[in-house]
Amino acid sequence: MLRSYIPILILLALSLGMALVIIVFSQLVSPLRPTPVKESPYESGILPLGTAHERFSVKFYMVAILFIVFDLETVFLIPWAVSMRELGWGGFFAASIFLVVLTVGLIYEWKRGGLRWE
Amino acid sequence: MEINFASQLDYFWVLAPEVVLSIFALVILMVDVFQRGETQEPARLSIAWLTAIGLLAAAAANTWLLTLQDAAPAGPIAIDGFRVFTNYLFLGAALLFLPLSWRYLTDERMRHGELFVLLLLATVGMMFFAGTRDLMLIFLGLELMSVAVYVMTGLNRRDRRSAEAALKYFLLGAFSSAFFLFGIALVYGGTGSVNLAVIHEVVGVDGAGANLLVNAGMALLAVGFAFKVAAIPFHMWTPDAYEGAPAPVTAFMAAAVKAAAFAAFLRVFLTGFPGLYETWGLIMFWLALATMIGANLMALPQDSVKRMLAYSSIAHAGYLLVALTAASVLGVAAFLYYLLAYTLMTMGAFAVVYMVAHRHELRLGLSEYSGLGWRAPLVGITMTVFLLSLAGVPPTGGFWGKFAILRAIIERGGIELAVVLVLTSLVSYYYYLRVAWYMWFREAHAGASPIPVSRGVSAVLVASAAAVVLIGIFPAWFLGMAEAGAAALMQAPMMSGIAGP
Repeated sequence: MLRSYIPILILLALSLGMALVIIVFSQLVSPLRPTPVKESPYESGILPLGTAHERFSVKFYMVAILFIVFDLETVFLIPWAVSMRELGWGGFFAASIFLVVLTVGLIYEWKRGGLRWE
Repeated sequence: MEINFASQLDYFWVLAPEVVLSIFALVILMVDVFQRGETQEPARLSIAWLTAIGLLAAAAANTWLLTLQDAAPAGPIAIDGFRVFTNYLFLGAALLFLPLSWRYLTDERMRHGELFVLLLLATVGMMFFAGTRDLMLIFLGLELMSVAVYVMTGLNRRDRRSAEAALKYFLLGAFSSAFFLFGIALVYGGTGSVNLAVIHEVVGVDGAGANLLVNAGMALLAVGFAFKVAAIPFHMWTPDAYEGAPAPVTAFMAAAVKAAAFAAFLRVFLTGFPGLYETWGLIMFWLALATMIGANLMALPQDSVKRMLAYSSIAHAGYLLVALTAASVLGVAAFLYYLLAYTLMTMGAFAVVYMVAHRHELRLGLSEYSGLGWRAPLVGITMTVFLLSLAGVPPTGGFWGKFAILRAIIERGGIELAVVLVLTSLVSYYYYLRVAWYMWFREAHAGASPIPVSRGVSAVLVASAAAVVLIGIFPAWFLGMAEAGAAALMQAPMMSGIAGP
């Protein structure tokens, strides 16, 4: 049984080897002439302003949490949608309950002002 | 009605109490948010009443579970006396928690209706944790319970102690969950199933089917559980988390959360791995020994009564581990009975701690209890009952609980544990009765403030004190109920051999 995993092992070894080869060779072969401009962090061509270690407003976290919840909703709903006919009414009701729970959470956040940006 | 999990509707019937509680949680969340909107206005009393109704409805549904017949012993959700018994325990603890938390929210002027939603969800989590036969469902229950309780611990987030307790509890809780999950993964790898009945079948009555993976997974599960029940040496988070959390939440954590973790501990090890008793019986033996001795010694020098009770709750975990080591019908019955007494007396004792500490919980020291019995007789008398029961003085529930555990372990031949249990209980008399001595034989301070007890809290105190005495005077009926639950859990053929080296 374990034998059937050997292709995966080979793939793993190949990809690791390729990655190593690329990194090592680009370090060895490429010409290195560092200047201060080249060493500064790349921010889409814009000059960096201050450090990245700043306190972020809690609002960003609220959005991030909300995003994860609805991101996971998609993760659950797409497999259900794909096999909806096989799952029948049981699957339909299970998905509905899941949606109701999420909607209640969304209503809660909305009413409590979690989506307000000011 | 016969349940065999053939149709999906069966799951609804079997999960009736959980479904009722979940629906109530969602409804209460909506009612609360539509009443308050974005304002800072306090939650209304109707929310608390609605929560109480939800808990009572779930209790009724729980009673109805008794009419169901379990036609699939390997079904993912257990239908046995053990589950019904522990469900009552969780619902009762939540019901006792309600008036205390309402009082706390009023005192601190921060009536968050969310607390009641979290309470209901935590209770649902406990029911899943203790009442299912599927390791994945058990883990989901554990997480649902834990996440809700982490938030409850940090309820008073402007208080530094509460925030610190919540963070510590969360980090170590997440850490232990990882152990637990890894244990499940290894057991699944070793047996090919997460269902406890199937695992038992694969492992066999004599443990012949167990391989290295199963043994390692079982050990990791034991670590995860030991964290949750706060057994020494996995107890480091307990004193800080219990001391920092709001006292009503501490009561709920110490009573219900620990009860749930213990019930699941028992179910997993007694129905999943009875064949490996030779291995895990030894682990439990040393855990119980270390917990009883360590916790009782560490409780001795504590000056804060809240912290002392935190160590005392670790010590009681040690006594319960002795019942687990016994691993017999008698042991499980003693365990359930002790859990009942423990829940009542712990809820009561922490309620008194909150009454004395009052707003912002500044008065936690032992000297605050001077003359309490004469200043506030109701608080003094009920606290004395709780302390006597915690120490194990007849005729209280705590005494009969210890008696039943001793009987079970002696019958299994674990004399060492029995001796240590008795000796450490004697040590515990000192720190429990010292509080009682302060309450009745010390003069109150000149400027001692009165203890304002609301009606709801008085009801909690009187009800739990009366129940502690009642189960102590009529232990036979409750022990009988516990034995029925134990027999239902232990239908699987049990192993031979005794605990200890």
